[in-house]
Amino acid sequence: MSDLTHLTISEARAKLRGKEISAAEITEAYLSAIESANPVLNAYVAVTADKAREMAKASDARLGKGEGGALEGIPLGIKDLFATEGVHTQACSHVLDDFKPRYESTVTANLWADGAVMLGKLNMDEFAMGSSNETSYYGPVINPWRRSRLDTVVMPTTHQGDGGFVSAGGTKTARTLDNAQLVPGGSSGGSASAVAAFLCAGATATDTGGSIRQPAAFTGTVGIKPTYGRCSRWGVVAFASSLDQAGPIARDVRDAAILLKSMASSDPKDTTSVDRPVPDYEAVIGKPIKGMKVGIPKEYRVDGMPEDIEALWQKGIAWLKDAGAEIVDISLPHTKYALPAYYIVAPAEASSNLARYDGVRYGLRVPGKDIVEMYEKTRAAGFGREVKRRIMIGTYVLSAGYYDAYYLQAQKVRTLIKRDFENVFAAGVDVILTPATPSAAFGVADEDMNSDPVKMYLNDIFTVTVNMAGLPGISVPAGLDGKGLPLGLQLIGRPFDEETLFQTAHVIEQAAGKFQPEKWW
Amino acid sequence: MSVDLQTVKRVAHLARIAVSEEDAERMTGELNTILGFVEQLNEVDVSGVEPMTSVTPMEMKERQDVVTDGSKAADIVANAPATEENFFLVPKVVE
Repeated sequence: MSDLTHLTISEARAKLRGKEISAAEITEAYLSAIESANPVLNAYVAVTADKAREMAKASDARLGKGEGGALEGIPLGIKDLFATEGVHTQACSHVLDDFKPRYESTVTANLWADGAVMLGKLNMDEFAMGSSNETSYYGPVINPWRRSRLDTVVMPTTHQGDGGFVSAGGTKTARTLDNAQLVPGGSSGGSASAVAAFLCAGATATDTGGSIRQPAAFTGTVGIKPTYGRCSRWGVVAFASSLDQAGPIARDVRDAAILLKSMASSDPKDTTSVDRPVPDYEAVIGKPIKGMKVGIPKEYRVDGMPEDIEALWQKGIAWLKDAGAEIVDISLPHTKYALPAYYIVAPAEASSNLARYDGVRYGLRVPGKDIVEMYEKTRAAGFGREVKRRIMIGTYVLSAGYYDAYYLQAQKVRTLIKRDFENVFAAGVDVILTPATPSAAFGVADEDMNSDPVKMYLNDIFTVTVNMAGLPGISVPAGLDGKGLPLGLQLIGRPFDEETLFQTAHVIEQAAGKFQPEKWW
Repeated sequence: MSVDLQTVKRVAHLARIAVSEEDAERMTGELNTILGFVEQLNEVDVSGVEPMTSVTPMEMKERQDVVTDGSKAADIVANAPATEENFFLVPKVVE
């Protein structure tokens, strides 16, 4: 049964349609994988086994009649940020204790309409604020990847039974897994960990500053943040509304294309949702990239970047060149200001969005002597440290006398960041290639990261520019570092040109191969 | 710019988050680290630059001004910590 969990979505889709397997079988395979792995990896905060079985049964009925949708019978995990009717939806925050919405987010409704099966809700950083999945009220998620070291082992002389062979003592190299637990990145850490550890066929995720792409890079999975407006934000718990976008995390580029096709839509319930038809992203996979112009921004070569990452970037450039792309050096001069501008804009929007958690309409309430004390006590108890920090920064930069100096300045810088991209696209660049993250996955409870919030924020240095400019970006696994951990490359495209990203990412995937962790959990 | 303990306490009250003396002291340090980090934005010449209001050029959509939703009071209060007859219950606000 367990090998059913190793099928990609496209493989499972073919087997389901061909009646080689049933939706019930593949769903059971995932449920039992979750049962044994989740106590260790903590990727799911709620498993909806009964609902999954019901949905699978309905899928089998439809498949039996030849009526299956695009994702019929495919078991998915859903980030806890998406409202799912009657099911745990708490953004992994204490302040939303017991919240079960009476409505369904547009993105998940689209997935169910296409026949997908919900396995449960996935762990995440509280309100999607974090880069390590350690700010969750439900505890950290563990990355299925571990560091390993290459050892030279002396082979003993062995006799292998009757008629067996005798091997003379020689040497070989073997990888030994280190025991240290690593983070899967964040905020979509549960999504990335569950996809990498075969606990779902694919997952929904969201990305405000890198929350899809950084965890995808840390876990050897593919994650795409589409253009702002491509996926409806309706029913997605809001963090920073001008930056938030939903997207998938999947095991390969084709699966990510399949999932995005179903997730994306035009939605009258979200006024920032774009009125454009959703292309068939899968159709571009395998198309040649000959003659495509790939930009390499010099500003992404940052001080102290590990050699492994620089080498990976060079490999990516070589692969695309080999495939016939034209490589051009470009400049995005305001890159270094994207992260500081983000840490004004995102907290400002968050402080406003999170004002609704007041102990009145849903979730936690801590009593006080009057209503103000009730608000203050509820929010003090309900929000974790990182969330409070961001609300405080946001409240401060929006407060009287500081608005111009901080928020207005940041929004002007944001205009310049976007203009940088517009200029290179106008010059004929089709896609931009950068590293996805400045490092591989780091350890759980890393002292350096936890003692200085800015160090943690630097994880998003290569991804946050894309959110600030509203562009699509994909992270695709491209190799392993010296310690055996996956690293990703990022491709950035023109607005609503996700197709070029899938097409180019697939070329990288073909050259780099796919990566999966050695099972220890 | 940096914040002092008094400012942190004032901002916490504006944000309706109760803070202990110890919290406020810790937050002062953290907030100053972040404010120090964002200070570099002042180097950028933004003269003549319009602040961004919308990341993708889009016109605000309009729809017919008709009722499309409603009559679900029970759904709306379903998750509230305290309700009575489809009203949210809160501590007394007016004497």
